Amino acid sequence: MASAIDPRYLIVFLITLVLVLGEARYGILGGYDRLATTLGICLITEIALSWWIRGRVANLASAYITGISLALLTKPQANILWPFALGAFLAIASKYVLTYRGRHLWNPSNFAIALMVLVASDSVAILSHQWGNDLRINLIIWTFGLVIAWRAKVLHVTLAYVACFIVLALIRNAIVGGPLLAELAPITGPMYQLFVFFMVTDPRTTVSTRRGRIIVVAIVALVEALMRLAGDFQLPLLRPFYVSPPILALALVGPIAMWWDLWRTARRPDGQTART
Amino acid sequence: MAAVVAVVILNGRAGGSAVPSAAASIRLHEVASATGIDFVHQSPTLDPKVQHIAPHIAALGACVSVTDINNDNWPDLYFTSSRFGAANALYLNQKDGTFRNVAGQAGVAALNRAGEGVSMGAVWGDYDNDGFEDLFVSKWGYQQLLRNLGNGTFADVTAAAGLRRWMNSNGAVWLDFDRDGLLDLYVTGYFRSDIDFWNLRSTRIMQHSWEFATNGGKNLLFKNLGLGRFQDVTDSLGVGSTRWTLAAASADFNDDGWPDLYLANDYGPEELYLNKEGRRFELARAGLQDDSKSGMAVTIGDVYNRGRHDVFVTNISEKGFLFQGNNLRVNFLKELDRFDEIASGVVADAGWAWGAQFGDLNNDGLLDLVVANGFISADSTRSYWYAMSKIAGAQGNIFEDARNWPAIGKASLSGFERSRVLMNRGADGFVDVAEESGVTDRLDGRAVAMADLFNRGALDVIIANENARALIYRNADSARGHWIGLKLVGSRSNRSAIGADVTVEFGNVRQRQVVDGGSGFCSQNDRRLHFGLGMARPGRVLIRWPSGREQTLEGLKVDELHVITEPA
Repeated sequence: MASAIDPRYLIVFLITLVLVLGEARYGILGGYDRLATTLGICLITEIALSWWIRGRVANLASAYITGISLALLTKPQANILWPFALGAFLAIASKYVLTYRGRHLWNPSNFAIALMVLVASDSVAILSHQWGNDLRINLIIWTFGLVIAWRAKVLHVTLAYVACFIVLALIRNAIVGGPLLAELAPITGPMYQLFVFFMVTDPRTTVSTRRGRIIVVAIVALVEALMRLAGDFQLPLLRPFYVSPPILALALVGPIAMWWDLWRTARRPDGQTART
Repeated sequence: MAAVVAVVILNGRAGGSAVPSAAASIRLHEVASATGIDFVHQSPTLDPKVQHIAPHIAALGACVSVTDINNDNWPDLYFTSSRFGAANALYLNQKDGTFRNVAGQAGVAALNRAGEGVSMGAVWGDYDNDGFEDLFVSKWGYQQLLRNLGNGTFADVTAAAGLRRWMNSNGAVWLDFDRDGLLDLYVTGYFRSDIDFWNLRSTRIMQHSWEFATNGGKNLLFKNLGLGRFQDVTDSLGVGSTRWTLAAASADFNDDGWPDLYLANDYGPEELYLNKEGRRFELARAGLQDDSKSGMAVTIGDVYNRGRHDVFVTNISEKGFLFQGNNLRVNFLKELDRFDEIASGVVADAGWAWGAQFGDLNNDGLLDLVVANGFISADSTRSYWYAMSKIAGAQGNIFEDARNWPAIGKASLSGFERSRVLMNRGADGFVDVAEESGVTDRLDGRAVAMADLFNRGALDVIIANENARALIYRNADSARGHWIGLKLVGSRSNRSAIGADVTVEFGNVRQRQVVDGGSGFCSQNDRRLHFGLGMARPGRVLIRWPSGREQTLEGLKVDELHVITEPA
């Protein structure tokens, strides 16, 4: 039965679809060495750390998703591979090191890409490729993405974020002026596809209640909007953040929300997670 | 924490090679004013419908090309301006270290007029084989062909030649694609040709993709029929790319004896059109088709003295936002049917790079590289990068309409960037010696050309800057090695010998160059070829003329310019 399929495998299918479509049509990887490096190090790191720390090899679906995400999102200076290798290691290692009450706090690929963009902006940018800015490809991915998000029971997260983005875009437009479509435009792009289907919905790094998840993505969207306003008003101190507002907003908000959720759950008398 | 430290350390290496002080053996002095060159480019003004992004659209047109209008063997310079009423300049070499602007008397100054369009580039070639170099001006508007009458004046022969076409072109290249001894003309299209920037009917004029756009102006190939007439043969020869071509260059890349075309396309992959014996062109894959960037200029050089035409194409890099990186493509067409892209470090990341040219600035036998950078220098405290990033990831039909672009206002966009002087150290790669060389300007560079302006056996560098003064970098004392210069005169081939392929053997290497019909970004080098030799003497000199005839010379004197006429 389809409903019995582990949601991770639905996500594996979706990200593989994104990879195959994008590479076949637009060469989005920029070289198979990048994919091999990222995916290889993600898988090796996952195997090594899970065996070393937990005494068993973890399911590799998560590492696969992280590896593909990083290979697609990381766009470094020409012909350097270390951001892929280091990003892959950082992403997987964060799952084992940056934990609280046995749970990791950051979405792995979000952590790695945010860290590199903030610390290594001389070498790394996010997603220079835009997959041809092609409506047809994007419609295919959005359609599959929404269906899979629904089957994986995270559609409310995706839709809540999109709704918040649109409302906040209208508000930003009222503040800064200019063409409204320019404010709405980002959400039509591929970076947001990766963001809304693979990062912000990651079941392992979202809070335990449905309402909580909606509140968290609303806060992520709000922080992102503030970063975008910083970009519009050219606040120099915040320049590192407005190169990639959604990724960095999630990197800031996500772990705080996770920590608070785990702390709050632990304080309950029954100590149980109210995951829905 | 260790991970963060690792990222910081690796990131710190992103700047590329450090400059060893002992290696900084290139010295250039900026001497434009002293030489009497006071040209200042002016960008075009456009229809108010696109006023909000006019600085972005109109930041083009500062061109320089090298010529010798009176055959005195002293290079002259032609600069284009791009605003209605602004004059182009033709600087005649006075042979005493100075130049005099004779554009007005020559009739090549007043080309920027309402209803006719504005200049965006210029290339020189003797299309009628009368011994005097003629001028083709690429325009946003009606293209122009001006015939050199040989008496210091030019006549506009555009209409008679069949070239009066409205295009939004930023470049052209002369080549003799069918080897009939007559120079043909390839004109690149950037914006669509139905767009009149001063009477816009629609604001849907922009690219529909940042990566694979095909809605640019159509490139056109005009065959020279002789008797001053040209015929549009674009479709029958299959070279009508609509990929927003900003620059083109021609050489025989695959060594089959026929000149090919290499295109640098904005918002798309580069294109190599291989010439099939003058009957048609075939778009080669050559490893280019998936590597979509923002090609701005294409220049040809034998980077490692292998006897091959390698290619350098400029692109965009901006920290945090975009790393496209320049491409240095090493030619392996004969072995692998492809180029290998090897750019890294300072070669890859020069900023928002525009024009570039290869040339041996220190006569050490290796071709160095000069790259002009910077797009829009306005308010240094404001950047348009964030605003542009909002639409860059969107669906194409949003940003295809200029109305949906955020206003640029007074913001800069990769402004105040410095030019690069990349010294070739052979197997040790390139090192940026711009600062040490004396190249410190931060103007918005566009066209770069090289010529031995003062006939001293040393290449000088000319840079045309957008909305700013032109710069002449005079080679100081860096060209200490030996050299030879070759001025080729065609007989069966076109008189300019454009497309002639020359290989000079020296030491235990050989270097190959091609006579330039236009290269870089809206620029053209001196047609006289300059070979630095280091401490070696020239060995054999192999010339393959555009007609196909091959000639071998030996015993050429070192440190001299040789005028070689094609054997009848």
